[in-house]
Amino acid sequence: MTATTESGRKQPFIYRLPVISHFRTSVGLQRGMLVTGLVLTVVFLLTAAFAPVIAPYGFAQLSDASGTFPAQQPPSAAHIWGTTVGGYDVYSRVLWGAQTAFVVIVVAVVMSIFLGVALGLLSGYFGGWLDRVLVVIADAIYAFPSLLLAIVMSIVINRGQSSFWGGIVACSVSISVVFVPQYFRVIRAETIRLKAEPYVESAKVVGASSIRIMGRHIFKNATRTLPLIFTLNASEAILTLAGLGFLGFGIEPTSAAEWGFDLNKAIADASSGIWWTGVYPGTAIVLTVLGLTLVGESMNDLNDPRLRGRRKSVGKTPAGGPDSTAGAQAALEAESRVL
Amino acid sequence: MTTLIEAPPSDADGLLPSKKKSSGGGLGTYLLIRFLLIIPTIFILVTMVFFLMRVIGDPITAAQGGRLPPEALAQRIRDAGYDRPIIVQYLEYLGQVATGNFGTTITDRRPVVEMLATFGAATLELAINALIVALLVGIPLGLIAAYKRDKAPDAVLRFFAILCYATPVFFAGLLMKLTFSVWLGWFPVAGRASTRTELAMGGLASPTGIYWLDALRSGNMAAFGDIASHSVLPAVTLGLLTAGVFLRLVRTNVIGTLGKDYVEAGRSRGVSNFRLVTKHAYKPALIPIITVMGLQIALLLGGAVLTESTFEWKGLGYQMVQYLNARDFVAVQGIVVLLAVIVAITNFIVDVAAALIDPRVRY
Repeated sequence: MTATTESGRKQPFIYRLPVISHFRTSVGLQRGMLVTGLVLTVVFLLTAAFAPVIAPYGFAQLSDASGTFPAQQPPSAAHIWGTTVGGYDVYSRVLWGAQTAFVVIVVAVVMSIFLGVALGLLSGYFGGWLDRVLVVIADAIYAFPSLLLAIVMSIVINRGQSSFWGGIVACSVSISVVFVPQYFRVIRAETIRLKAEPYVESAKVVGASSIRIMGRHIFKNATRTLPLIFTLNASEAILTLAGLGFLGFGIEPTSAAEWGFDLNKAIADASSGIWWTGVYPGTAIVLTVLGLTLVGESMNDLNDPRLRGRRKSVGKTPAGGPDSTAGAQAALEAESRVL
Repeated sequence: MTTLIEAPPSDADGLLPSKKKSSGGGLGTYLLIRFLLIIPTIFILVTMVFFLMRVIGDPITAAQGGRLPPEALAQRIRDAGYDRPIIVQYLEYLGQVATGNFGTTITDRRPVVEMLATFGAATLELAINALIVALLVGIPLGLIAAYKRDKAPDAVLRFFAILCYATPVFFAGLLMKLTFSVWLGWFPVAGRASTRTELAMGGLASPTGIYWLDALRSGNMAAFGDIASHSVLPAVTLGLLTAGVFLRLVRTNVIGTLGKDYVEAGRSRGVSNFRLVTKHAYKPALIPIITVMGLQIALLLGGAVLTESTFEWKGLGYQMVQYLNARDFVAVQGIVVLLAVIVAITNFIVDVAAALIDPRVRY
């Protein structure tokens, strides 16, 4: 294991970056998926960054020089995607929504990576009762419908907060409660495996402190899979945020534009045939999640030699025995983690 | 790149650490330990939910604060015992939950258990309908994808599966509503049944609460048709979410078994490709499929909350949102605990099924 890692180091740095190395190993359909995903993701990022410049109106703007915006107006020259029941411009709110989604993803995922990695390292390295308690808690949380957990968390934190950052932080914490166990499990499992590696043993013999071993020897090797989980969780974070917003536990419309909240209002519109208030923010969610998922999927496939280089690998699966079951189980596990 | 290969297996090992202790035991020991593991799971979730809900304050102030004069409020808090130390309340709550008593809702003063039974039936109905849709869509499409591996149909189907995941259920529901009820007028916009049917179902003796079952039992075919047309859109909406997962599962597993020697042997004896996929490769692939299908119950329940709100389907999810908005946390706590118990028990049943089907499954 370590030997191959070392030889892998010899490639130029840029080719070892997650997405670039994946791109170089991809072929055909897989490359197509990866590129589609990357394009969608880049469009999302650009929208988030330049929303203030592109959007014709503010997210909470109800009137301009020519007067108050009419409510529920179909798409026209002044409002190219129409207006909502509250008189907001749909196009502007969809653009601003990208910004909200981006900030929530970053805060939520960074928070959960930090906590999950720290707990996973401690739990895996030290073992004992701490490990057992953390594992049981993580399993309990993991098995529970994530949206319900996020709702419970958001009631606890949210209590009538409506400022932009208040809402963002409440949503992010609610989402990261769901994600921490996932990072925890991955990092803990890796740490347990790495703990037995000869280089950790030798570091111990040399007299390195636990903190140094964890921070230097284990952390770097245990976090290889993080870019993959990051991408997958980013898409889940968007869905959870939209779900919270849809149920009314998100961010107030006057503090930020949020796609899920807009869809909540759009459900009532749909019954009377008003399609533009729901279709645009909904499509924005789908395209963003699609982009991130495609990137994550492709990276997952390319990391796994059973799924990569397809045509040649058919029939090469080891036959029978517990080995192949373990392999199938692992592939399954990877597969089910994606969703 | 090669260093990344080992990640999934090592993770799979780490997923079930607590169960590894019993390795070497027989089936009975395994089942017993697996059963006992339900208890800490439920206990932790109940504890977590209880304390999280109490961080906000006592349920009566949350629900009625500002609406009652302070003296009356204090009186009610004292009557309900919410002025005692939190640890006493917690222990009392645990005792109540253990005996199946979840208290009384604050807003409409109903026993929580009765409320759970009423709305739980509606959620169960939705979940069953959705599961049927998911199986009908997911399994055949998964087989096709595996059969046409790496060809155009496979690419299209894989994309469809990702799209199913990427579309939030409430947006899918909104599109369905727009297309099939508002524009085409094929199905009703919302609800579980029309008012007349609701009344007819409510008047039945010993109803199961699952409408189509009740309608069939009472032989009321008009009501059955009405219920069926109301069920289609919510079931398809929620079903598609899970169908994507099933499609991918069936595909991956069937592709895995298609590479086995006995399939190769069958092929060399002239068994048709179609038969190989549907008989030889499909059946052994079922075991992991069943396992993961059971685990989808959490996804299904989470999706049900959103689907119910989209279609005003009066089940646990819809009701939970109502109670949340009314700040009735006793009711919310009851619903959350019930869902936790359902998930824990389903996971247990899935593990038992897997252990019974495959003798190699012992952790």
